[in-house]
Amino acid sequence: MKRIIPMWIAIIAGFAMMLSSFVPLAESAGEMFADVFNVVAAIAFVLGAGSLAKQHLEKLSRRDAGWGYSVITLGSFLITLFIGMLKIGIHPNPSFPQAAYSGSNDAEGSAWSWIYEYMITPLTSTMFALLAFFVASAAFRAFRAKNTEAILLLVTAFIVLLGRTFAGVVLTGWFPDWASGLRLENLSIYVMQVFNTAGNRAIMIGIALGVAATGLRILFGIDRSWLGGGDA
Amino acid sequence: MTRQAKTWLVIGAVFVALLVARGMIGQGLGRVYVKRTDVTVTLPDTAAVNSAAAGAASASASASTSASTSASTSASTTAVSAPATAPSITSTSLASGTTMSWQEWKQVPPLEFIAAQKANPAQTEITMSWPRTIGLWLAAFFTLAIFSFLYADNPFYKIAESLVVGVSAAYWGVIGFWDTLVPKMFGALTPGLVKSLVQPSLVAPEMLQQISMVFALILGVMMLWRLLPRGGWISAWPLAFIVGVTAGLKIVSHVESDLMAQAAATMKPLVVSVTDASGATNMWDSWWASVANVLLVTGVICCLAYFFFSVEHKGVVGGAARVGIWYLMITFGASFGFTVMGRIALLAARVEFLFDDWLWLIDPNHFRGL
Repeated sequence: MKRIIPMWIAIIAGFAMMLSSFVPLAESAGEMFADVFNVVAAIAFVLGAGSLAKQHLEKLSRRDAGWGYSVITLGSFLITLFIGMLKIGIHPNPSFPQAAYSGSNDAEGSAWSWIYEYMITPLTSTMFALLAFFVASAAFRAFRAKNTEAILLLVTAFIVLLGRTFAGVVLTGWFPDWASGLRLENLSIYVMQVFNTAGNRAIMIGIALGVAATGLRILFGIDRSWLGGGDA
Repeated sequence: MTRQAKTWLVIGAVFVALLVARGMIGQGLGRVYVKRTDVTVTLPDTAAVNSAAAGAASASASASTSASTSASTSASTTAVSAPATAPSITSTSLASGTTMSWQEWKQVPPLEFIAAQKANPAQTEITMSWPRTIGLWLAAFFTLAIFSFLYADNPFYKIAESLVVGVSAAYWGVIGFWDTLVPKMFGALTPGLVKSLVQPSLVAPEMLQQISMVFALILGVMMLWRLLPRGGWISAWPLAFIVGVTAGLKIVSHVESDLMAQAAATMKPLVVSVTDASGATNMWDSWWASVANVLLVTGVICCLAYFFFSVEHKGVVGGAARVGIWYLMITFGASFGFTVMGRIALLAARVEFLFDDWLWLIDPNHFRGL
């Protein structure tokens, strides 16, 4: 019972979504399922938040190593949640002044936009910027032009990197017009339009076939591994 | 105190001394200026609005709304009348004709503040914003705290890391609440409340919509059951729904946009004739366009041959698969180059933030007239 009912829920929901793409009469049913899906997915955020709070509260109560950082995580989580849910400092929409919460969360000058501009943006973008160093370091250690494949990868990476910067333009800018196709900026465009497109296209076709096959296995009840406890 | 701690203390002291010195040179550093805008709104006559909403054409409603919106942005002091043909108002705690007013603060470049001060030293329209200035300094601190990880893991980095987790979790939760749960679920289950507090333009939900949202709510509660110590298996039902809908959606969308569309885009002529403005065939361009198409079609076929594992990669298939690997290596090289460029662009943006917005050492946008 614990496995049969979920399996049938998945089968019915999946086929309803597929049918709605092919049968005009089932379109509204598909939209309804999509709305329910969006709401359940939004509630999943509550589950994630609850799980985060539970984990850090446990760490805090046990006084585990680094519990002070759990205080920071929980504190920032609760403050952001409070400000965002109550729309602190956000004025109503001038078109609907009688509705106290009609203003947009993105309004400039609000506490929410302050959090976004001065906390989320610098923190997340710097985290990603940090990867520039690690990618460069890993590439320096791992990339060796040992065979044809490695040479192709390295040369393409250099062409794309140089072709999209001013350095590339300066390096090959002196090439005569009849050899302009060999200038790094033009080579970079050619690589992207022909070779990269071909490779990516094949990858996308492969992914589409894989998704369709896996999806059909789930919808026909052949693949039940997502229910946990093996393939039974 | 360990040697490492002493070294950090000296580096920190030098950095703070440099900051203080920088603050005393020229216009200083790290300040945010804002310009005040007074907004005044007059509430409409509720009875008139409701009767007008019943018969008014939607076109006139949109025209009125856009007129009042444009008025609100055209001057520093604005008076906005709520649209006379706004959607029906069901309840309000404020009397009709009540005037509401508040102030909005827009960020302006320091150059505007300097100009305003020169014109009138006593002006109060453009002022320094303490909350935003503190935010700017905090953002600079967070940026440096995360970059400090390049040396080694340290408490500053861990503080920033903990903040990322806490703030991001709450951020996406709030976005999900206001953008999805309120308009879709609460809008269907408690339309009166949503209409009076959040969205007066809400259209009354249909019965089927309400039933579907009750179903969504039940699934949502079942999902949250996972947080309880017992009965975690109940959360498998909403998970099954998510898996089923995702599978149904993705099968169609991937086959349509990836498989069919990509295959169709690969059906290209192998011999291309490019004509110039006069209608004559340009041999050189035609040759290059043909070569490009041949390389593209060959590449897709060879890469697919490499992905096709049902046949042993020997002979012609083996040769095609080998060429496919070369194409894929070029693709990965291009992706690597793009990824590195993206990260370096982000790094440049953070460095620009530190040197431009915070330290005021550079002025690429001429915001301070340097």
